Amino acid sequence: MRLNTAKKTAMVRPTRASRGALHKNQLQLYSLLAVPVLLVFIFCYLPMVGIIIAFKDYRYNSGIFGSKWCGLKNFEFFFQSDDFLKITWNTLYLNFLFIAFGIFFALVVAIMLYDVKKRAAVKTFQTVLITPYFLSWVVVSYMVYGFLSPQNGLLNSLLQSMGMETFDWYSKPDAWPTILVVLSIWKNVGMDSVLYYAALMSIDDSLFEAADLDGAGRFQKILHITIPSLVPIIIITAILKIGNIFRADFGLFYQITRDSGALYDVTDVIDTYIFRTMRTVGNMGMSTAVGFLQGVVGMVMVILTNKLSKHIDPDAGLF
Amino acid sequence: MKKTKNLSQIILITVFALLCAVFLVPFLLVLSVSFSNEIDVMNYGYSMIPKHFDTSAYGYVFKNAKTVIDAYAVTFGFSALTMVLSVLVMAMAAYPLSRSYLRGRKAISFYFYFTMLFSGGMVPSYILITQYLHLGNSFWVYVLPALVNVWYVFMMRTFFSGTPEEIYESALIDGANEYTILFRIVLPISKPVIATIALFMFLAKWNDWMTALLYIDNQRLVSLQYLLQRILKNIELLQNMQVGSVEAQAAADIPAETVRMAMAIVVAGPALIVFPFFQKYFVKGLTVGSVKG
Repeated sequence: MRLNTAKKTAMVRPTRASRGALHKNQLQLYSLLAVPVLLVFIFCYLPMVGIIIAFKDYRYNSGIFGSKWCGLKNFEFFFQSDDFLKITWNTLYLNFLFIAFGIFFALVVAIMLYDVKKRAAVKTFQTVLITPYFLSWVVVSYMVYGFLSPQNGLLNSLLQSMGMETFDWYSKPDAWPTILVVLSIWKNVGMDSVLYYAALMSIDDSLFEAADLDGAGRFQKILHITIPSLVPIIIITAILKIGNIFRADFGLFYQITRDSGALYDVTDVIDTYIFRTMRTVGNMGMSTAVGFLQGVVGMVMVILTNKLSKHIDPDAGLF
Repeated sequence: MKKTKNLSQIILITVFALLCAVFLVPFLLVLSVSFSNEIDVMNYGYSMIPKHFDTSAYGYVFKNAKTVIDAYAVTFGFSALTMVLSVLVMAMAAYPLSRSYLRGRKAISFYFYFTMLFSGGMVPSYILITQYLHLGNSFWVYVLPALVNVWYVFMMRTFFSGTPEEIYESALIDGANEYTILFRIVLPISKPVIATIALFMFLAKWNDWMTALLYIDNQRLVSLQYLLQRILKNIELLQNMQVGSVEAQAAADIPAETVRMAMAIVVAGPALIVFPFFQKYFVKGLTVGSVKG
């Protein structure tokens, strides 16, 4: 680091020889920044002004500024409805399952992959496991439909051939936490394991060689070398994911369930609720209010969890 | 000792092979149904192996469905355009932020960073885009809001900061301006991260159904994924028909079950074919970019 600063001063000196040159460089850098800064302003900062809709009785024909203020009425409606507890619980509970199972299986895959000696095999397995990550939830919903379709689905045929009861899965809520967890793992485990695998690659080989000399077995090595060296990155990924626990993967909950009303008790999460309140119910005010709450709580969570992860590892975290 | 090593390798590889097989089952199921005979599906349900191999579903998709061709063209167009423009625009943000002598660097970084922490939410964006920017039912609604992904900007910045300072120094001494350094030096030596981000942007747009769901009513501007979503419920959409009794009658003859699955294959195919070619870059690009600079 110290070396770096020494280099930097050495570098700036020739340009500083003429102040005009340095000034010119600043202007050039700012001109590069102009387009991205403008785009972020339009598509990220301008919508923040629209949050005032949360405090208004929004009417299309009056627009944002013409609509009447209504105080906290939108928030009151939301908190008084049964939906508040339901969607908050569903979001937290399902995201918790995704995080716990997701990290566990990603670790297992990474640790096992690390033991595979043939490079070509590692690459092939990684490719296959990552592939689902690149499918849209729409395409995945077709695959799921292939299994769960009440008339033609593979699962029902299988159950029938074994003489068991068949179900209309799209109106059987108690099956869905499992289905969603399985899908979340199937889609993300390959990508998540890349990170752990990369961390494993950076473990000093001499540790394993020393363990070999001491006669340590495979599982002893995993228990005493592999896992301890992964602990920091496990904690950090967990913390960062918990920071986002109030944000649900809209595609998963909307497409895979085929937006089936019979499943809402289990599968309705904050993001699907916001969408439905806006699109189907048309209550712009309340939808904005719920989005605003989610945004604020989410922001606080991310800041807190980032602080925490930095506490554990100064290099970790987003900022 | 050597023998047990070999045995454990064989077991490990077998376990992985089985796991991969399980992972591929959903693909194979859809593929199998798409090559099945409609009547078999009616009688026996979906199956992992077609009872009679039949390509008529694909014939139907490509012959009758002008809608599909339109959606393909639109989707390919906005995906490719977004990929190129976004990499360019994000590099224009990432490069200045990677230069230590940029004045106000901290503040500008925070300006970008804050949008990852907090956003206005769905409704305000929706009203802005439809009522004020009038981008509803326009091709550009697929492109413009997607151009800056702050996460990737920071990934690029980290990568740019990691390139040896000497390269910049000598270029500056030679009198190169910042534009030349960015486009002639930095971008060419940053291939892994550029390729990774380009791939991710392309696939994100290729898989985009949300934009069409929110902003597009015009049938001819609908994205492929959104079309796919809608025909799961309503296969007649494939027919591109004006509402009329003759066409509605014809709609009844669509081999719906197999055509649907054929559509899923047609939609997912390009993404699946493209990605292995990029893989050598992106495992590298991802791990480099994720290390904080």
